[in-house]
Amino acid sequence: MRNAYVSALYDIAKINKQIMSLNADIGAIVFDKFKADFPDRFVNVGVAEQNMIGVAAGLASCGKIPFTYTITPFITARTYEQIRVDVCIQNSNVKIVGVGAGLVYSTLGPTHHAIEDIAIMKTLPNMKIISPADPIESKMATYAIAEIKGPVYFRIGTAGEPKIYDEDYEFTFGKGVEIQPGEDVTLIATGSIVYDTIMAARELKKKGISTRVINIHTIKPLDKDIILKAARETGAIITIEEHNLEGGLGSSIASVILEESRSQIKFKRIGLKDSFCSFYGTHQELKSYCGIAKEDIISEVISLIK
Amino acid sequence: MELEEIAKNIRKKIFLMSCRAGGGHIAPSFSCVEILVALYFKILNIDKNDLHNENRDRFILSKGHASSALYSILAKRGIIEEKLLDTFCQRGGILGAHPESHSIPGVEVSTGSLGHGLSFGAGMALAGKINNKDYRVFVLQSDGECQEGSVWEAAAFAAHHKLNNLVVIVDYNKLQSLGRTNDILSLEPFCDRWKSFGWSVKEVDGHDISRIIENLESLPYTNNKPNVLIAHTVKGKGISFMENIPLWHYRIPNSKEEIEIALKELGIDRKEFEEGRK
Ligand SMILES: Cc1ncc(C[n+]2csc(CCOP(=O)(O)OP(=O)(O)O)c2C)c(N)n1
Repeated sequence: MRNAYVSALYDIAKINKQIMSLNADIGAIVFDKFKADFPDRFVNVGVAEQNMIGVAAGLASCGKIPFTYTITPFITARTYEQIRVDVCIQNSNVKIVGVGAGLVYSTLGPTHHAIEDIAIMKTLPNMKIISPADPIESKMATYAIAEIKGPVYFRIGTAGEPKIYDEDYEFTFGKGVEIQPGEDVTLIATGSIVYDTIMAARELKKKGISTRVINIHTIKPLDKDIILKAARETGAIITIEEHNLEGGLGSSIASVILEESRSQIKFKRIGLKDSFCSFYGTHQELKSYCGIAKEDIISEVISLIK
Repeated sequence: MELEEIAKNIRKKIFLMSCRAGGGHIAPSFSCVEILVALYFKILNIDKNDLHNENRDRFILSKGHASSALYSILAKRGIIEEKLLDTFCQRGGILGAHPESHSIPGVEVSTGSLGHGLSFGAGMALAGKINNKDYRVFVLQSDGECQEGSVWEAAAFAAHHKLNNLVVIVDYNKLQSLGRTNDILSLEPFCDRWKSFGWSVKEVDGHDISRIIENLESLPYTNNKPNVLIAHTVKGKGISFMENIPLWHYRIPNSKEEIEIALKELGIDRKEFEEGRK
């Protein structure tokens, strides 16, 4: 997803001279081409994330479109007040790109895991949040973000995520995507874990459970219609995310359902259970340890609808 | 064992554990090996059988990405088991690419996000003053890390509160992730910057163990100021093709040639390396 983002940004920058990339000493090699071809529009601000956001807001006030980039916790939590005051309160046209969604930086440990970023970003007025599921979506979303006026938080993975979409996929900001139809239960996920969700749904189908899968790439503003429709039509919803349960996608969806759905529904959230992950291993191993792997999704579905 | 021998041994460990894990940061760890050897074998007042003694010196690895150097030293000092090093970044292990205080004996502070160690250390030093303890607090920082604003908030705080029991050692290897520190965001005039913040400053060759020890034995440098020792180092020191090359910040050698050269220069025999990979 990272490479897809960087190459899309390069394409946009070729056409739109206002686009800039601000990096906080992260992005070796992948930004080389951008840097070489647009030397004035690439700034490595150093290991100084708070300053990066403030500078970006200043640039934006003069017509630039800065895409700021570093590892997720450092660009969301470290800089939070700069994002709140300089970007959100003033509705600045600054894009916040966090690389390493969820637990993907598995061995780098809890300082590098991104498990509260959705929560803290979504509570900021004016902020929009996009969380792509695969490289194609990451690319298409980047084009869309450049067109959106105002703050956007873009939560991307790193490298090697499996493809979900074809090249001709069309991304629509603010609209969830039904990836697979189904009648008995709906799985709603965001980010690269959409793939694990699709795999779980396939196995559930073999067990005779017709499972709808929805990808929510835009976490804010949330596509209420697709959620309410799923509630109405399937009567059971499970949300899946690589994020803390506190304040994540699942909690946003729960609010929508509780306030607006008239259907009787069964509901369950899958995510990190309010704990940091100090377990080491591969990304998959961490997901299993935290109870958010494909197998966990399958067993939660079975116990919810039995 | 001679301290230089220990340093050599530590580099071997770092290399073996990182290659086995396929992760961690070799070059940033190699940069501070001699500093850690001096601290852990001559300077720090710590007792491996009484790690929580309230009078102990505190050490904070603020550049937490050099964790493999710290783990190797802790093992060499008998604070953690040597065998634990084989579990670095492995499934179910406790030794991650950044050190965690809640699970690893001898790790005082969890780090990994740059620019936290000095504030934390200043708090420990202030507590020492309030409680009339004479322990010292040592914080190892990297140069890129000194670009964080928080470092300078802490620097001002420490000077204002006359924390002469606080010691910063800067691993000044002049490189950060993407390039040369002074090309990306200059720290110079670095010594003067610390001085103007009210610190006592010394400089040393950061790979000369006896000179580092000399400089740390003469603490505090002045009566009422915090201390900073600027250690001039070489990132990747010990493997010729890594030295001073930014890209090696996070890379692990994987080509045959790279491994061949590294093993030779570090004095690791092939068998030990192959064993370690299993
Ligand atoms: C707050 C924060 N921002 C960014 C990073 C990612 N990062 C890890 S090391 C590093 C820079 C490395 O350069 P330096 O600080 O000089 O350390 P060296 O490895 O050269 O000793 C960066 C940007 C981080 N760990 N924490």
